[in-house]
Amino acid sequence: MRNVWIIWRKELNSYFASPIAYLLLTMFALVFGFFFWNALGIFVLMGMEAQMRGQMFPMNINEQVIRPLLSNASVIGLFFIPMITMRLFAEEKRSGTIELLTTSPIRDIEVILGKWLAALSLYACMLLFTALNFAFLFKYGNPDWKPLAIGYLGLLLQAGGLLAIGTFISTLTKNQIIAGAATFGVCLLLWVLEWVSGYETATWAQVMAYLSVVTHFESFAKGVLDIKDAVFYLSVIFVGLFFTARSMESLRWRS
Amino acid sequence: MRVQAASLSTNHMITVKKLTKKYARTIAVDHISFEVQKGQIVGFLGPNGAGKTTTMRMLTCFLPPTDGGATVAGFDVLEEPLEVKKRIGYLPETPPLYPEMETTEYLQFVGRLKGLSGSDLQKRVDFVVERCAVGDMKEKLLGKLSKGYRQRVGLAQAIIHNPDVLILDEPTAGLDPKQINETRELIKSLAGDHTIILSTHILPEVEQTCEQVIIINKGKLVATDSVSNLQNRARGAETVLIEIAGRNGDLEAASVESRLARLNGVSKVQFKTSHGKRQVFEIESEKGFVRGDLARAIVESGWDLNELRPAAMSLEEVFLQLTGSEAQATESATKGAK
Repeated sequence: MRNVWIIWRKELNSYFASPIAYLLLTMFALVFGFFFWNALGIFVLMGMEAQMRGQMFPMNINEQVIRPLLSNASVIGLFFIPMITMRLFAEEKRSGTIELLTTSPIRDIEVILGKWLAALSLYACMLLFTALNFAFLFKYGNPDWKPLAIGYLGLLLQAGGLLAIGTFISTLTKNQIIAGAATFGVCLLLWVLEWVSGYETATWAQVMAYLSVVTHFESFAKGVLDIKDAVFYLSVIFVGLFFTARSMESLRWRS
Repeated sequence: MRVQAASLSTNHMITVKKLTKKYARTIAVDHISFEVQKGQIVGFLGPNGAGKTTTMRMLTCFLPPTDGGATVAGFDVLEEPLEVKKRIGYLPETPPLYPEMETTEYLQFVGRLKGLSGSDLQKRVDFVVERCAVGDMKEKLLGKLSKGYRQRVGLAQAIIHNPDVLILDEPTAGLDPKQINETRELIKSLAGDHTIILSTHILPEVEQTCEQVIIINKGKLVATDSVSNLQNRARGAETVLIEIAGRNGDLEAASVESRLARLNGVSKVQFKTSHGKRQVFEIESEKGFVRGDLARAIVESGWDLNELRPAAMSLEEVFLQLTGSEAQATESATKGAK
């Protein structure tokens, strides 16, 4: 466990020693801020219209602002995740520092967990900026915090899965760009996979829709903790990290 | 089993038995066996691509052997890699540095990786910084260090956990002569506390730093001996190069060979090259051979003796001979003489 922490610390340090972390945080904050601004604008407009017509629509800030914004955050995450994971192993392979890690008295799985947790931590930092936006809702409104907390849990689980896949892809190449592009492709596919369910109901289509990471987020966005969806994300994390471990082992046989 | 292994380690720090590494089409390391005693500096010598790095990578548990095995400090590289890794300090060909880290930060990180913590860690970091003379660069980013300093920081990380065994892959490659000397001195000074294997393709390096030499070529072990023995071996026999020409027309190499081989003390005559009418022979002789006899025999046979000179064998030639590039050896000797 101590070794995981050592690697975690080193990875986070190198994220923040280079412009990567700051760039990702800034861009994420900007993009999400724009979404937030829009969602809020629409909500306010709807509220004013309702007032002018004298109707009393049930206005719900959780349903109408937080829920779509959490879904947005999950999709924006898809675009940022490749940039977090692409360097994890590719850079170590290119610079030869992977030899230091693999000849130190530390297990492969400890290296992998440390790196993956560091990536997840950076993603969590990005989510902190979204929390800043939501904090305004709490100041000027009275949303329910429980669905929001479950939404964050869902975001972390989903990102955990995609980050594990990205970590795996990063072990396959020395080239960060290749790792990033491949991860991006996979993330994008996992997002749109559910579209087949729109016109096809055969088993293969159902399987594909099931594999789509976005469908499993809907329950979390609603603020419902569905064990089935949580298990799906946990399985993705497990499979991703498992493949990473196998790939790291095979590095030795191949190199 | 463990007890047995541990008692072995008092004599042999490293034992390599029939170590083999095969790739899809090639055999990088072919049944190599050798032993290294505690506290020795061993030079691992071979031309580029001989399998030095592969062997070292197997010893450091970076690569698993295809066949055979090795023990380091009594622990098997396949069975107990974590125990082996705790006892090995390794400097790969390119020092494994993170460009975005500062020197001390990096050494602390490596120290923690190797299991150090707290005041021990701080003491060891201070010690290796002092030992490898990187004090001036403590707060500098590794990416901005010069080649010489990079190498020193590389050495510093290798010895941070005071390992029994140090494995250094071409520690002086790419350094300027002054840095090479400094690095060699540093390595020599480390010998007392550690058993060191260093690979190189530079011979003087071995002559200057090592006590024992292991020569490999094309994945095979060619020789393993002490440096002084190898040098003696080189001096034992004398080799003379002669260049002669026939007085009337062409000269038959075979007849020259048979005539000169009859001389007292000559053990081998070999035709090397010809430059037009002149031909060059290499004559290997035992002790007590008189060069005058050779000259007389040549002149009496009606040939012209253009040149006669000793081709003294340096360790370099022993090495080249052993690695099967004899032609190259004479060539370089010829060039050196001219």
